Amino acid sequence: MIETKIALKNAGKIAPDSLSEYESVGGLNAFRKALKMEPLDVLKSINESGLRGRGGAGFSAGLKGKFTDESMCRYCGQKYIICNADEGEPGTFKDRAIMENDPHLLIEGMLIAAWAIGATTGFIYIRGEYTDSIQKIQRALDNYYTEAWLGKTFDTDDEFKLDLEIRLGAGSYLCGEELTLIESLEGKRGYPRIKPPFPAQHGLWQKPTLVHNVETFAHMPFIIENGADMYRQYGTENSPGTKIFSISGDLNRPGNYETEMGVSLRELIEIAGGMKDDIPVKAILVGGAAGSFVSDEHLDISLCYDSMKKVGGVFGSGAIMVLNETRNLLDFMADIMEFFKHESCGKCIPCRVGTAQLALMAHEIKSLDKDAVYVRLQKMQSEAEYIAANSLCPLGASPIIPISSFNQHLKDKI
Amino acid sequence: MHIQDILVKYEATPDKLLNILHDIQNQSEQSYISESDISALAKYLNTTKAAIYGVVEYYSMFSAQPRGKYVIRVCKSPICRMLGGQDMLNFIQSALNIPTNETDAEKLFTLEVSECLGHCDKAPVMMVNDELHVNLTPEKIDSILSQYRQNKTKKL
Repeated sequence: MIETKIALKNAGKIAPDSLSEYESVGGLNAFRKALKMEPLDVLKSINESGLRGRGGAGFSAGLKGKFTDESMCRYCGQKYIICNADEGEPGTFKDRAIMENDPHLLIEGMLIAAWAIGATTGFIYIRGEYTDSIQKIQRALDNYYTEAWLGKTFDTDDEFKLDLEIRLGAGSYLCGEELTLIESLEGKRGYPRIKPPFPAQHGLWQKPTLVHNVETFAHMPFIIENGADMYRQYGTENSPGTKIFSISGDLNRPGNYETEMGVSLRELIEIAGGMKDDIPVKAILVGGAAGSFVSDEHLDISLCYDSMKKVGGVFGSGAIMVLNETRNLLDFMADIMEFFKHESCGKCIPCRVGTAQLALMAHEIKSLDKDAVYVRLQKMQSEAEYIAANSLCPLGASPIIPISSFNQHLKDKI
Repeated sequence: MHIQDILVKYEATPDKLLNILHDIQNQSEQSYISESDISALAKYLNTTKAAIYGVVEYYSMFSAQPRGKYVIRVCKSPICRMLGGQDMLNFIQSALNIPTNETDAEKLFTLEVSECLGHCDKAPVMMVNDELHVNLTPEKIDSILSQYRQNKTKKL
């Protein structure tokens, strides 16, 4: 399988700071078309495309839009649209590729989605460390304002108009979770909110809010321009479309590669130039720190939201971290546990204390003999299950994913 | 830049808080948000000092303590560490003669570690203030540090 590009179709081909170059390759055709459609038909088209949220959870983008649309009538009050560009999942750098190479595409996707649900104010919440993305997005917003696509009232029944601004994150992984992001956007500490209610009902300032990942928005212009059926020709039945994989580790050409959903790990390794120095694969972490480990026996798994479940894992954000035979798996595991310890916000005690315990245990087992390691890994798994069951947000539910998949697939390779 | 000159650029709404804090910290010669900044900001946004302080302390990019002119953030994501990140961190510690989370005697550099900086395809990486440095080697770090040393008078 070779690369198939939707979100990165213009990357490297046009100047990212030029709206006219973006238009010269068909940019804004989709939004022009959407404005001539009924908002409900736009929503319907996104729903029929089967597009699933590209941030990691894989929830139906169409349903999310529908819920936000239905929670308040178009003329009844303020709705918000937010782009989650707080890309912090370790091993993931795909949203950066879109923002740095084709920022106008992301904003066109937001225009389409905002029109569909009747949102008139929006924010792009970008992680503070992404200096280049912040500059490129700001430049693209300026272009859209100068050319009167943003901040301008369109000639529609409801006089649709969208204003967009950047808001910066400041180094908190948790703020990549949509409700925590909203807390942060309101100028507060990034503590998670209890769900439900979901942002579709009570989001920013308690108003209906549509939150999508950068890559999700970047797919919308293609869907509107070419139709849901065309989109569905890519990918698999339950995971239509393409996906950007951020491939890192022991490879010849690590980087971002966009392929159809359903690509195999073996194909991705090939696309990324094969294993460095031809040293064979030992393990792959799919989906980031909150992702699942697989071994060299799983290279033919087709990557999509469903197939990863079959090996007891999650698909996640598209991070593919590849470790060769020489790598120490327990060191790698300890680094992941350190990550959760650092990013736990401290609100729920089981997560605050538990992630610290897991990190401690992960370091301790590095010096134990194999049998003792197995016992301790099992203990870590039951601790992680306890944390997952007793914490509010997805962070507490995350350590169990790498730990249980590690125990399931990699025990013999320590 | 005086704090009031920064505040005047922003509407006094709470959603601007993180953007304002970044701005204050970026303008500060010691890369931090002082108590008087926090007081002024609390007054401006009509909230309490405690609320602002809580936000400053919560987010890893902000500091309420003075730091060096240049804040070095070495990525400690699993991939960066696997591909030599720890060696790079050790190298910087001995080059600057400070442990992590400390500032050198000249108050020029503060050394910190950061969670994944999102450049795993060019690991190991670090940031110095807003600038990214990739595919680090000891030689590269030496030349990066000396460049910043030569720019002592100017905040990049």
